[in-house]
Amino acid sequence: MNSNTMKSNTILTVSQLSKAFPGVKALSNVQFELKEGEVMALLGGNGAGKSTLIKCMTGVYTSDSGSIELAGESIRNLSTDSIQEKGISTVHQEVNLIPTLTVAENIFLGRQPLRFGRIDWTKMNEYAQQLLSSMNINIDVTRNLGDYAIAIQQMVAIARGVNMSAKVLILDEPTASLDSQEVGQLFVLMRQLKENGIGIIFVTHFLDQVYEISDRITVFRNGQFVGAYQTTELPQIDLIGHMLGKALSENGKTSKELHEIAEGSVPYLSARNIGKKGMISPCSVEIHSGQTLGVGGLLGAGRTELAKLLFGIEKPDTGEILIEGQPIKFSNAFDAIRSGLAFCPENRKVEGIIGELSVMENMILALQVKQGWARALSRKQQKVIAKKYICSLNILTSDYDKPVKDLSGGNQQKVILARWFATKPYLLILDEPTQGVDVGAKSEILQIINELCEQGMALMVISSELDEVVEFSDRITVLKDRQKIAELTGDDITTKKLMSTIAEEIS
Amino acid sequence: MNLEALYQGLLRRFQWKSIPKNRLFWPLIALGLLLLFNLINDPSFFAVEIKDGRLFGSIIDVFNRAAPIALLSLGMTLVIATGGIDLSVGAIVAIVGATCAYLIQSGMVESTVGIVAIAIVVSMIAGAWNGALVAFLGIQPIIATLILLVAGRGIAQLITDGQILTFNHAGFEFIGGGFFLGLPFSITLVVLAYVGTHLVLKKTALGLFIVSIGSNPTASQFVGIRADFIKMMVYVFSGVCAGLAGMILTSDILGADANNAGLWSELDAILAVVVGGTALTGGRYYIGTTLIGVIILQTLTTTILTNGLPVQYTHMVKSAVVIMVMLVMSVRFRNEIRGVIKPKRDKSGTSK
Repeated sequence: MNSNTMKSNTILTVSQLSKAFPGVKALSNVQFELKEGEVMALLGGNGAGKSTLIKCMTGVYTSDSGSIELAGESIRNLSTDSIQEKGISTVHQEVNLIPTLTVAENIFLGRQPLRFGRIDWTKMNEYAQQLLSSMNINIDVTRNLGDYAIAIQQMVAIARGVNMSAKVLILDEPTASLDSQEVGQLFVLMRQLKENGIGIIFVTHFLDQVYEISDRITVFRNGQFVGAYQTTELPQIDLIGHMLGKALSENGKTSKELHEIAEGSVPYLSARNIGKKGMISPCSVEIHSGQTLGVGGLLGAGRTELAKLLFGIEKPDTGEILIEGQPIKFSNAFDAIRSGLAFCPENRKVEGIIGELSVMENMILALQVKQGWARALSRKQQKVIAKKYICSLNILTSDYDKPVKDLSGGNQQKVILARWFATKPYLLILDEPTQGVDVGAKSEILQIINELCEQGMALMVISSELDEVVEFSDRITVLKDRQKIAELTGDDITTKKLMSTIAEEIS
Repeated sequence: MNLEALYQGLLRRFQWKSIPKNRLFWPLIALGLLLLFNLINDPSFFAVEIKDGRLFGSIIDVFNRAAPIALLSLGMTLVIATGGIDLSVGAIVAIVGATCAYLIQSGMVESTVGIVAIAIVVSMIAGAWNGALVAFLGIQPIIATLILLVAGRGIAQLITDGQILTFNHAGFEFIGGGFFLGLPFSITLVVLAYVGTHLVLKKTALGLFIVSIGSNPTASQFVGIRADFIKMMVYVFSGVCAGLAGMILTSDILGADANNAGLWSELDAILAVVVGGTALTGGRYYIGTTLIGVIILQTLTTTILTNGLPVQYTHMVKSAVVIMVMLVMSVRFRNEIRGVIKPKRDKSGTSK
């Protein structure tokens, strides 16, 4: 593997690094290596441990065991400040600079050139201008940073990092909010930094960008190191395989029977050319009662965005939604709920549970919303609902008055499922229903999905686990880079076909 | 009989260990200590006289004087529960006071019911203004209500034409000065307001939705709770509470002082809510403990005054007590104190 990078020196080495959070082993004995003047893509799905690794490297988290060495010097568990001083700079998707200060002020914040104890503005602006033009960024450094586009702000952040004598630059999803031209600008800058011998760690969900810019790829999965590969020697489909933990040879076709629908029946929900700038390009989907529409695609492909558009949380720029053939407009989630929709979001902590409320209150919340605020469900009615679902979904909780935040992830997920089942929806959208859920709960949830479908509910299920999508879907909409690229039906619903569909379009 | 076993049994029986965790525990301890101080220092604090079938005494006085802040704190509790704050309640007190005084003095409205109705409508409009700024324009509550805090006194001055309006009106005087069942009528108003609010929050889903919004606004949006509607209701309610407080204060002194009516009272209300254990970040609210917080603050003020301590010290003593109550209520602080105390105990235990 070292054949064509023999000359380069390793600058950053991580070995046997472990980090555990209560109940979760976020990193177990992982390794990572970065050489001078290379772009290393760091890839992995949700919970792979990418962010944890970066936070350990930059001193945000203290790791439990292992070693992190920068240019031969151990930097494990130093403070964020001293690590930055030693030469690791991080630029995040959300720029961590101050928009109301000038570009020059941002670059030299905390280390302004002084003259007689006061800031030497002329010098500072001069230095800033020089620094940026050396990177081919020609902007007015005396204007506020907030006046510039995100791409420029990011480059300023990079300039600040590089100027603080960075040896290693970590770019955490830098392109997520950029358009293709801006991405091009950023890549030019990255190549230039590479020439200067800076090692760059590039975290992203966009696979085509990985192939465009990176020299090597490190893949993590479930807190473990999967491998480091030369980009040119790793076909896309293998990369996806590594990320998802699947080999291409696996067929993945299941013996399950598809839920048939009558010819020419009107779909429960159909969306025509629905899209929103910056979220997802216009696309159409149809969801039939008694069928499950799977949404496949990698993280960041626009899956959650599609769900939010359908559920009225985001308002689409284009297209229309029809419920049983009738056009309808949702201006918020309340409208969607009244029309019989339900949406179990991906980010359980932020978008799902209301931590301070009890298990019971969390369960009845959506039903209460649907019924309106004027008449509260009596405590007796609430208890009936809580008992029913605690029992039928096998939720482990000592009592239903316990705050839901004290439950485990899997049980919280079931509480949210119960919340929506209680509203008796016609269409249930599940975004990553099995994420962060233990194996036992996972199979229970999958079984519930199948039962609901057989009872005639329409389902739309989003999942990163391609096997899972294949297992429960009657049709699969494949999304990639915020576009719908294919719809798989019938015999095409196999893991292999799904993987190759995602990979094909990349090249 | 083994005394140790009996003691352990009693401990288990009454779950004494869980009592300090009850949110009522520390505020009640603080109130108890204050009352104990008064009992030792000046037992006449607890004396209640009956004159003409009416009760008089320091205790009654505490409740009577606490009434306006109790009403403000009721509205404030719900506003804070949604993650907001209402700085304008003192200004609304002034506006409503000025309105009532003007209506009476100019002779525009004769009937008490009419005056009260107009005052409530005015306070609702003031609250709706705050609500609209917060809920529909998305302005941060502290800024949105600051606008009315500043403008409100100006509006009140416009109504009173810069004068202190005084009046006589038998019906309106009853609100702040009348007696009902032997107690000042303002106490009845407070009891009605608290009980009524408690019932409404229990019987409708408003209480649940308020906690949801304050606890997790994003998840509340995803579950279809219309935060704008709930926030509007809450700010209007806070306005009405301020309106009632304004009527009590105006009726009590038979006059409206646009500059000083309810001055700084928003801060007392916020203090009472916080002492009552509702977090400024929103979420779970505790109406009952808010009321205890109000009573603590008023007992403190009355204690200072009846003990002849110069008025200049009132604010400082008040702040000191509030800091102590808050520190004691903080779980983290208690743990740290425990960390300091415990090792010593362990040592003494082993040395035996």
